[in-house]
Amino acid sequence: MLRLVAIGLFFCSAAIADEHSSPDALIRLVHQDCGSCHGLTLKGGLGPDIRPDALSHYDVETLSEVVLDGIQGTAMPPWRPLMSETEAKKIAEYLLQGELK
Amino acid sequence: MKWIANALVALVMTGSVHAETILATGDLGLVVERASGSLLLVDQSERKMLTRISGLGDLSHASLVYSPDQRYAYVFGRDGGLTKVDIVERKIANRVVQSGNAIGGAISDDGSLVAVSNYEPGGVRIFDADTLDLVADIPTGSKTIGLVDAPGKRFVFTLWDDGETWIADLSAGKPQITKVTGVGTNPYDALVTDDGRLYITGLFGEDGLTAIDLWDDNPKPIRVLPEYGRGQQEMPVYKMPHLEGWARAGREFVLPAVGHHQVLWINADDLTETGRTETYGQPVFAMSRPDGRQVWVNFAHPLNDTIQVIDTPSKEIIHAFKPGPAVLHMEFTPRGHEVWVSVRDAGKVMIYDTHTFEKLAEIDAESPSGIFFTSRAHKTGL
Repeated sequence: MLRLVAIGLFFCSAAIADEHSSPDALIRLVHQDCGSCHGLTLKGGLGPDIRPDALSHYDVETLSEVVLDGIQGTAMPPWRPLMSETEAKKIAEYLLQGELK
Repeated sequence: MKWIANALVALVMTGSVHAETILATGDLGLVVERASGSLLLVDQSERKMLTRISGLGDLSHASLVYSPDQRYAYVFGRDGGLTKVDIVERKIANRVVQSGNAIGGAISDDGSLVAVSNYEPGGVRIFDADTLDLVADIPTGSKTIGLVDAPGKRFVFTLWDDGETWIADLSAGKPQITKVTGVGTNPYDALVTDDGRLYITGLFGEDGLTAIDLWDDNPKPIRVLPEYGRGQQEMPVYKMPHLEGWARAGREFVLPAVGHHQVLWINADDLTETGRTETYGQPVFAMSRPDGRQVWVNFAHPLNDTIQVIDTPSKEIIHAFKPGPAVLHMEFTPRGHEVWVSVRDAGKVMIYDTHTFEKLAEIDAESPSGIFFTSRAHKTGL
C-alpha cells in the first residue's frame, strides 16, 4: 500500500512540476494553494503575511530554501516533494518582488 | 384624483412584481466564488444558478451561516468583511469590515447574534444580526479558530497560540466567559456535535485530539486518541483538514487525520478509536451523507482532484472518482440524495446522485469553494 502511495505521489509530482513550469501556473499555485494558509492575497491567515514588505529580510536563496524545506516546528510544510529548485526560486522571486519575470 | 391613480398604479405594480419574484428559500443555497469575491445563488431542485451577487471582498476561505428564517446569509470573508446578504431580494443588505483578517463565524441558536472569529487582531467579535452593530468584543491575544454556536446563546472557540477553549455565554447580554485551559498545542480547527454537547478540537502541534463536554458545569479537556498523532512518520501538511465537515455515522464519529492518509473512526460514547481507513491522500473534509451510510472524502493538494466514498458499516472505500482539478468542498442535499461538489480549477460545481454516483448536472462558477444550502439554518454547529 505504501509503495502504491509513493508511486502515486511520484507521478503526481512529475505532473505538477510540468504544470507549474508556466509562470501563470506558478502564480496560481502561490495564490490558491499557498493561499490556503497565507490568504489568497497573501496578507496572512493561519500562516503569516508573505507580501514583499513582510519578506524583505529574506534573500531569494534563503526564501527558496524555506519553500523547499519548510520551517521546523511550524505548520509550514516542505514543498520539495512537489516542485523543483528552479520553481521554488521563481516562487521566491515572485514573493519578494510581487511579480514574475 | 391623481394620487388615487398613482396609488392604484403602485398597487398593481407591486402586485405584479411580487408575483414574479416570490421565492421560497428552503432549497436554495450559496456558492462562494473565492477569487472574485462573489456568491452564486443556486436552486437545489432545479440544479441551476439563479443569480450572482458581487462585492463581498476577499472570499478566500470564506464561510457563511443563515438566519433562522433562511432569508439572510452572513458571509465571513478573509479580509474581516462581514456581509449580510438578502437572498430573497438577491442583494447585499449590509456590510461591515470588522477586522483585518478573519476566519469564519457562527450564529446564535435564536438567530439574534452573529459572531466572527479573527486572526488579526485575535479574538471574537459579536454583532447584532439585524443591524450588524457591535454587541461584544472578546480579545484573546491569539489567532482564534473553531468558532461554533452552542445551545443557550453561547459561542465556543479556541486559541491557536495558547491552546485554550473559551465558552462565551451571551444569554444575559454581556458575555460571561469560561476558559478551558490545557487543550493542547496548536489547535487548528474544532467542531461541535449536532446535539451541542461535545466540542472536539484537532491538534496540529501534538498527538491526539481534545474533547470538551459542554454539558459539564466545570468543563475540562478530555484527551482523545492520545496514541494517534502526526507521529514518527510525520508527513507535510499542504492544507489543514476541516473538522466542520465531521461525520457522525451511527454510533461513530469520522474525522480526517492530520499528517496521515487516513480517516479516523471514534466511538461516540466513550471516544475510543474504532478504526482507521487508509485513503488516497490527506483528507480535508470527511463528510457524512445525512443518513450516515456513507462518508465522502476529498484531499489536500496535490491529490485534490479525487473523491473517495467510504461505506460506514464496513469502513471500506466503495467508490472513487476524479471530478476534476482542485475539489474543494462538498455539500449534501438535506436528505442526502445528491451531493454538490465545487471543482475550483475546472470552474464548475458538479452535482452527483449519491446512490448511483452518476453525474446529474454542472453549473459554471468562478473558482468555486464553499457550498452552503439554507437547510444549515436549522442545525447546531453549522
